[in-house]
Amino acid sequence: MSYVKPVFSHPDLPANKVGYRKRDYEGAISTLCAGCGHDSISGAIVQACYELSIEPHRLAKLSGIGCSSKTPTYFLSNSHGFNTVHGRMPSVATGATMANKDLLYLGVSGDGDSASIGMGQFVHVIRRNLNMVYIVMNNGCYGLTKGQDSATADFGSISKGGSQNHFQPIDLVGMALELRASFVARSFSGDKKQLVPLIKLALSHPGFAFIDVLSPCVTFNNNVGSTKSYEFIRDHLEYPAPADYVPKAKEITVDYAAGTGTLVTLHDGSTLRLDKLAGDHDPSDHLNALRRHHEAVANGEILTGLLYMNKESETLHQLFNTVEVPLNSLRETELMPGTAALEKINQLFR
Amino acid sequence: MKPTNIQDPEYFHKVVDCQYACPAHTPVPEYIRLIAAERYTDAYMINWESNVFPGILGRTCDRPCEPACRRGRVEDEPVAICRLKRVAADNKSDVLDRMPEIPEIKNGKKIALIGGGPASLTVARDLAPLGYEIHLYDEWNKGGGMMRTQIPAFRLPESVLDEEVNYILDMGISTHFNTYVSSLKEVLDQDYDAVFIGTGAPKGRDLHLPGREEAGPRIHIGIEWLASVAFEHTKSIGKKVIILGGGNTAMDCCRTSRRLGGEDVKVVVRSPFNTMKASPWEIEDAQSEDIPIYNNMPPKEFVVENGQLKGVLFEKVEAVYDEKGKRNLVPTGEPDVFFEADDVIIAIGQDNAFPWIERDLGIEFGKWDLPVLNKTTFQSTLPKVFFGGDAAFGPENVITAVAHGHQAAISVDLFCRGKDLWERPSPMTNLVSQKMGIHEWMYDSAVVSDIRYAVPHADKKKTLTNRKVEVELGFDQQLGFKEAQRCLNCDVQTVFNTSRCIECDACMDICPTSCITFTTNGKEEDLRGRLLAPAEDLSQDLYISDILKTGRIMVKDENVCLHCGLCAERCPTAAWDMQKFFYNVTKASSECLTPIPA
Repeated sequence: MSYVKPVFSHPDLPANKVGYRKRDYEGAISTLCAGCGHDSISGAIVQACYELSIEPHRLAKLSGIGCSSKTPTYFLSNSHGFNTVHGRMPSVATGATMANKDLLYLGVSGDGDSASIGMGQFVHVIRRNLNMVYIVMNNGCYGLTKGQDSATADFGSISKGGSQNHFQPIDLVGMALELRASFVARSFSGDKKQLVPLIKLALSHPGFAFIDVLSPCVTFNNNVGSTKSYEFIRDHLEYPAPADYVPKAKEITVDYAAGTGTLVTLHDGSTLRLDKLAGDHDPSDHLNALRRHHEAVANGEILTGLLYMNKESETLHQLFNTVEVPLNSLRETELMPGTAALEKINQLFR
Repeated sequence: MKPTNIQDPEYFHKVVDCQYACPAHTPVPEYIRLIAAERYTDAYMINWESNVFPGILGRTCDRPCEPACRRGRVEDEPVAICRLKRVAADNKSDVLDRMPEIPEIKNGKKIALIGGGPASLTVARDLAPLGYEIHLYDEWNKGGGMMRTQIPAFRLPESVLDEEVNYILDMGISTHFNTYVSSLKEVLDQDYDAVFIGTGAPKGRDLHLPGREEAGPRIHIGIEWLASVAFEHTKSIGKKVIILGGGNTAMDCCRTSRRLGGEDVKVVVRSPFNTMKASPWEIEDAQSEDIPIYNNMPPKEFVVENGQLKGVLFEKVEAVYDEKGKRNLVPTGEPDVFFEADDVIIAIGQDNAFPWIERDLGIEFGKWDLPVLNKTTFQSTLPKVFFGGDAAFGPENVITAVAHGHQAAISVDLFCRGKDLWERPSPMTNLVSQKMGIHEWMYDSAVVSDIRYAVPHADKKKTLTNRKVEVELGFDQQLGFKEAQRCLNCDVQTVFNTSRCIECDACMDICPTSCITFTTNGKEEDLRGRLLAPAEDLSQDLYISDILKTGRIMVKDENVCLHCGLCAERCPTAAWDMQKFFYNVTKASSECLTPIPA
């Protein structure tokens, strides 16, 4: 019986700045199929949170229903979690962020959860620019119910049973760009080199950060003819601009001498580094992002990386101009200041 | 780096750290699993085949396997490999029917073995089943050599020793006990086809300090004194005893003294405590018998008054290391220390001695008066004479003597067949998948987190009054099982098949000890620096795959792999498989047992 995770970890792996080891960010052993792309994404989330030195109790993970939405069990077992109703994760996330703006919110959803039953919730959470990371583990099929085509299955993609998909796919990235989501990225579960920095970047972005991660379903959608198989994705990947997140505290020296890349200063003083290749892609150019994405779709390419980021993004709390402290910490005395305070306010309207 | 050649039997052998470290390369994980399965007799025979004396070694081995044990790199303590061996010996059933058959018709070759210790007995064990006529010479009345004369009965009961020595002597060995060979020439003049010399390092070092002559009989040489206790020529010692020296012989001497009437027994070493040569567990056992160990005190003088030993005068020093790391013991200037003593035992080392080998026989002697030998064949410069054990390269230990014996037996066999001594047999290896089904492996893949179990000891009141009462009680079956479960099954190898890998990263994500990395190829030094976890232990190999589809390679640092099988478990294409690797050093077995033509 090998379904037990040993307690031992590598003795030489260092603790991060807040004193936690990578093991402290892991979760229970996965019960998804062996080789599932979702597990790699879980691995990338673990790596990103460990590298960012996030204290596990400062983060809440939320999910809907589906294979993707099971994954929060497999990472960050020391963080808060809420496994919500199918497609309703954004509602619960909205409530949670409104109540406590001090936590980091990491939403995990799938193509069924977001592009079908949760579509209405998905578009509105983008509109509101809720301060959260929203990862879609996109495998183009309903893995939990034996692999039927999902709404993101590409036109013409062939299922494991041999049937062709005759419907046009819902393009979550295109939709997020169209709705002016303040952060839109796309990646591939099999490319941690890109995915880990993207998650780090998303976690540090104020406002709604959307990452669509192609994640092959190794059991039902990894066959020849599928457009979401490991092999097909690898053959069609396009990188507009490899991006990396450089925390504020870290000095930018050796690797990235001036002139070799573009450095974009973010809200908190940290830096977004774009590779040399970034010359032809500026992620703050919304029109260009839309154009590049649609060109890639037309060419049958999968454009990955950071596609768009609004540097002036304002979160829902900023738009509402709420108080500094989390709303859930306000006590009766602050919420009901009494007749004297009411009288003062009334005086303003005389 | 080049892809790892897993066809080379030494690659996976090295991954089994314990077996690789064992001079006789005993298949340790295999016998530990058999103990867990309550197959004690099978576990015993695996040992017997490799190391000949499982019951003896399970009590007295120097355990080179344990510092090598992988478990010691992921947590505090290695598996108690040595004491598990004893569990197999203690719980086995009759093994006589499993002993090799001894041919009645001999092969016509006659071998003399000089010395009846572990090396000679191993040669006898390997050659007797091949039809050799074997004559064993020893000065004592029983076989066993230093295992009998130097290891006290409270660590190794005579019955255990007799049993395992007799398994060999009962193979039709012609024994010549109570026979001190005083001339090799006389042996060579007889019609032996080959002679094996396993006479150990029989000369205990003396310490010529002022007073040594006068104190005379109250000063003893460690190994000689232990032998005289073993043969019951010495039955008592004074109340105050000082032992000079910090090796295992010193530990045996002080503990034996406590049992022969010594009440105030001290060990005094000239250098710092942490450089003592004795095994840590032997030091611990001595200390638990109320024997203090004083360090940094070289002896200066045996103090004798009126022809009577009064004690020993010691200087006080400290260890100072120069820039080359060389140690010097420098006097601290503190006043000398005097310890009273009725008896003093000198246990500061032992030397080889071959006064009985004539120097004109063609056997060349080199440094330290040791024979000039070939390190692989153990053949001396006189082709028909072979050496092994402590007699070969100086004092080592029992398990090394056994390993020598096996190799010397191969040489003797090849020599007697007129074959090239360099045509050594290859090791026997086997690699078998352990997959049984989903989540099911043929071995206990789950890694337990139990810490090392301590071996229960007999009551001190009892053991200190009778030198023949064994101190260690050994693990019982239940404790033995629990300790056996701590073994990480390092012989169940992670075998990678490049063509099957789809690079989904599942193995990399699941590995609890971050051993696996997919990355671009590079030189070893460069690769070691950019793996998921630092790979700083250069003695541990990197397992390198062929180039994968994305142009990357799979690199696995073998160092702290728990062999838990999770990589194979999470692999969708069975590119990883857990395969049991069995490695056995081939013994002198020869192609056939037919008589060798004269």
